[in-house]
Amino acid sequence: MTDISTAAASTAATTAPASPAAPAAAAAADRAVLRRAGDRGWLIDCRALRPAQLATAIRERRWARELREVVPAARTVLVVAEDGAGMDRLAARLRALLDEGAGGPGRAGSAAAPRTVVIPVRYDGPDLAAVAERAGVSPEEVARLHTEAEHTVAFFGFAPGFAYLDGLPEPLRLPRLTSPRARVPAGVVAIAGNQSVVYPGGTPGGWHQIGTTTTRLWDVTAEPPNRLSVGDRVVFRAVGS
Amino acid sequence: MTAAAVESPRASARHAGADARLTVADAGMGTSVQDLGRPGLAHLGVPAAGPADRRGFTLANRLVGNPENTPALETTLGGLVVTLSRSRYVAVTGAPAPVTVDGVPVSEPALVHLPAGARLAIGRPWAGCRTYLAVSGGVEAERVLGSASRDSLTGLGPEPVRAGTVLGIGPARPVPAVPLELAFSPVPGGGSMTARFRWGPRHDLFSAADRHRLTATAWRVSAQCDRVGARLTGPPLSIGSVDLASEGTVRGAIQVPPSGEPIVFLSDHPVTGGYPVIGVLTDADCDLLGQAVPGDELRLVPAPSATPRRSP
Repeated sequence: MTDISTAAASTAATTAPASPAAPAAAAAADRAVLRRAGDRGWLIDCRALRPAQLATAIRERRWARELREVVPAARTVLVVAEDGAGMDRLAARLRALLDEGAGGPGRAGSAAAPRTVVIPVRYDGPDLAAVAERAGVSPEEVARLHTEAEHTVAFFGFAPGFAYLDGLPEPLRLPRLTSPRARVPAGVVAIAGNQSVVYPGGTPGGWHQIGTTTTRLWDVTAEPPNRLSVGDRVVFRAVGS
Repeated sequence: MTAAAVESPRASARHAGADARLTVADAGMGTSVQDLGRPGLAHLGVPAAGPADRRGFTLANRLVGNPENTPALETTLGGLVVTLSRSRYVAVTGAPAPVTVDGVPVSEPALVHLPAGARLAIGRPWAGCRTYLAVSGGVEAERVLGSASRDSLTGLGPEPVRAGTVLGIGPARPVPAVPLELAFSPVPGGGSMTARFRWGPRHDLFSAADRHRLTATAWRVSAQCDRVGARLTGPPLSIGSVDLASEGTVRGAIQVPPSGEPIVFLSDHPVTGGYPVIGVLTDADCDLLGQAVPGDELRLVPAPSATPRRSP
């Protein structure tokens, strides 16, 4: 069995009531789990912890120099070590970090304060009317709901610079298009499920396109290429069309 | 005073090699520039890319005296024909294939002195599919996010190599004396190939019968086999649809979609995936699968779960 329970044993949790990590560790079902992912990888199944915060906490450690990749996703953080790093030692370090409650609610303020990035949007997408109809509201109301919500960069995936933004308000949550479009240009603002995205360009796309922005959020010639980072807050602001 | 006279010694050395070029006469079925890729950017959605058979690639560079991360050509199923504007040592490694210079067979393609203007042709491999051509000094190609690797999934990196493509060549390097009988990298030799893997990270979502079937089946590499991944065919696992949020994936991951037929991720794999990963090939055997061709038989064998511990 390769799964290794990471949080302190329940006895340890109950004998350390003063520890801020204790409430998180106490619920056995909420314990983060380390799962082996190949010769050089550990996948941390976060359970009650927040992947974005946990990834930040991992990167802040001095031993993170031994890591090639730290990849937060919806419920996990994948850690891939450089060749030559000791995988058992890495597991022990990750377990120690998890026992401290890194990524837990008690540590919400520990990392650097998240930035807020404002993205101006023209709400004129080809799917805006259909989204409005399915949500039972007007197109203006779709724009209002989208601009008033607070969105957060959850993780990147699918394509370079493709940032999944959590925080789409309930009335706008729809399943993806039944047939994706072959190629979506950069700057298209689209929604699906509980998330929004600003397309980085050149990819297919099955999300509902509600608008466009001229703001470049992903540029391979820039250093760094990403304007958004995991954990950033995003505010969409409507601009006239 | 000429412009060259005021350049630094380093700049003029670069200038002196500036007219050394590699010209592609035929790119075969598929040829791309590769280096060791762009690791460390998966959290931004950027695949690592790099050669499908890293051992074959790094060997080619070592043979001609280049650092391992020097850009070189990866050709699939042969057909690559090139000429150089300057005489250079070149190395041909990876899938063993017939190599000719101006039509004359080369007995030892692992290290060839290629005269200026001579046509070097790589034929269809006898085994495996990916052959590497490194030139002493390396080929010069556009770097995107720090790497000259062409990523077939996202299109990052230099354009695919085509007939007529011209690439600069860096200054020649001293070629080390490597015993050529040691200069080979493993490729599937027909028959059944065995790849070792580690269970996880999601093997516990599979039934005992499915886990047994994964290791007991003689899988076949299907025609859906490229630098992104290799789909295997065989009696499907019964996992069906699993509600799993997308999570980070690694090269060598054995992902099982609802069809039950596994897909093994190779160099250009997406950085996240939502299908459960039952196991991950060992790093060494990822290279072996990077050489697999459709129809090859593949057996998956669990690797020892941990390295043996020394007594204290």
